[in-house]
Amino acid sequence: MKKLTADKLFRWTATAAGILILGVLAAVFVFLLIQASPVFFGDRAAAEKTISSFTGGRTTSFLAFVGPLIFGTVLASGLALALAFFVAVGIALFISHYAPKRLSSLLSYVVDLLAAIPSVVYGLWGALVLVPNMYPVWQVVNAVFGWIPLFAGPVSNPPRTVATVAVVLAVMILPIITSMARDIFVQTPLLQQEAALALGATKWEMIKLAVLPFGANGLVSASMLGLGRALGETMAVLMILSPGSTYGIHLLTASQNQTIAANIAAQFPEADSLGVSTLIASGLVLFVITFIVNYIARRITKGGGKLTFRKKEKK
Amino acid sequence: MRTPDFDKFKPTRSSLAARKRTDMLMRVLIYAAFLVAVIPLVSVLYTTIVHGITRFDWYFLTHNMRGVVGGLYPYGGILHAAVGTLEITLGAMVISVPLGIMTAVYLVEYSAKKRLHKTISFFIDVMSGIPSIVAGLFAYSMFSLIFGPGTVNGFVGSAALSILMIPTIVRSTEEMLSIVPVDLREAAYALGVPKSRTIVRIVLRTALPGIVSGVILAIARVIGETAPLLIAAGSISSTNFNLFSGRMTTLPVYVYNEFQQGMASCPAGSALGTDAWGVCVPGIRMERAWAAALVLILLVLVLNGIGRLVAKVFAVKTK
Repeated sequence: MKKLTADKLFRWTATAAGILILGVLAAVFVFLLIQASPVFFGDRAAAEKTISSFTGGRTTSFLAFVGPLIFGTVLASGLALALAFFVAVGIALFISHYAPKRLSSLLSYVVDLLAAIPSVVYGLWGALVLVPNMYPVWQVVNAVFGWIPLFAGPVSNPPRTVATVAVVLAVMILPIITSMARDIFVQTPLLQQEAALALGATKWEMIKLAVLPFGANGLVSASMLGLGRALGETMAVLMILSPGSTYGIHLLTASQNQTIAANIAAQFPEADSLGVSTLIASGLVLFVITFIVNYIARRITKGGGKLTFRKKEKK
Repeated sequence: MRTPDFDKFKPTRSSLAARKRTDMLMRVLIYAAFLVAVIPLVSVLYTTIVHGITRFDWYFLTHNMRGVVGGLYPYGGILHAAVGTLEITLGAMVISVPLGIMTAVYLVEYSAKKRLHKTISFFIDVMSGIPSIVAGLFAYSMFSLIFGPGTVNGFVGSAALSILMIPTIVRSTEEMLSIVPVDLREAAYALGVPKSRTIVRIVLRTALPGIVSGVILAIARVIGETAPLLIAAGSISSTNFNLFSGRMTTLPVYVYNEFQQGMASCPAGSALGTDAWGVCVPGIRMERAWAAALVLILLVLVLNGIGRLVAKVFAVKTK
């Protein structure tokens, strides 16, 4: 009889832990909402004054305050993803198909080391090592691609710009995309690969025919997860970027954009209670954006099997 | 019957060469991609070691920042930050390890195919996507509402970090529990062992190395978190041993603070080393930031190494 109750007790504890997690997540949302509410439902004049002090008198509405921040966040992380994606796929292919078998676990460990380094160290490295060294690179980019508005001048020196931030963010999300892509590439059916080779395909053609189509969904999902990580990254942006609050798309010019996360960290220490509320409200916006991105990523992973199946049927 | 003209299908020599060229080009690009990833890794490690080693000594590890002015002696250290990191991380462990492991037990052992299983699983995915700064804001908001506005202490930081740790621990534990063979469980049931005892004595025991390794890796992940602690735990220049009261500096926050303050001011004449207290070092803050970053990297790498070693050495053979 005593054992039975112990059994039940354990069961209830486990269930309670699971439900507590749901509670915690609900609490995250509720507490943030409560703390953010004064901005929207409190004293209008005071809220407007706070926002106007955050934006240097540019605006008094929350949307106009958070808009450029959203734009800056998406711009920096999107660019980081664009930079990281092809490199990550290349590394994953290198580990799964090109490197000698014995080396591959060592190589994936090297890539995992990139993920282990704390973001504040990346920030320090970015600000003190990368920024001084990037100026000539951006000058070349500007000279060659200057006709594209994104790369139009003037090139700031020191380049504490979105472009430099994107490079650091790309390094930070590289291991996430790589490790997921590698796991998928390794699972490509061996028979399909051998069939491609037997038809006389070169190694690259085999990869194009068998490996990449098999991994396509996984790649999209992996890059979404990487994007989610880049969206929430604070320290690297905070320490490198010279902030601004415009919708500017000139990547090589400083003081144009700022991200939500970095803005929170920068303004928080000096904010009064209404200022904190405003920042928390912008944090909620960030939460929603990352939630959507991660949700899409999970949806694609889950539907992945079906999608490839359907494709096969069509053929 | 006419034989088909096989020559029609013969690849021309130039098309073969083009295919080979493409193959070679892609090979080179893929090798290059790997090199591109190694460059930042080597650069980060190299610069941190080279810059960090100048201040990295016993003095640095055993002194805090009290009474440190400009670039003058005393040069200060990271004792307070190390204590803060240790206590806050321990606090986060105390919250998230039992919660994470019990949730994983529930997900694997009790809730299969129930609706609650799907819900919890989904929200753990959501949780793992929470940006770290939002976790910091959450902990700050919660403690502000409960203990009065502006409550900032080490434990708030622990709460913030545990939000980031829980999903990692649940996922790794879940994986470890699900590879424990069903035979083991069935053998225990056949001997009349109740379920809870089976789980604790057989399943958790078998999966223990994997779980420990997962926990260590989760610690390695959160120990470098800066943004949430910047908000939730603040910073202070003296050593604070009390997790539940007063601000607490942690190593990552220390790195950021030192970096942010820029060059130190030196009184005229002291830079030459004539000062009775010692030489004034204008770049002292950057040196301290690099040295603390070196400590942080060493910490993370050692934790990672231990985590992997535990998983490898103590792994229970499942076959």
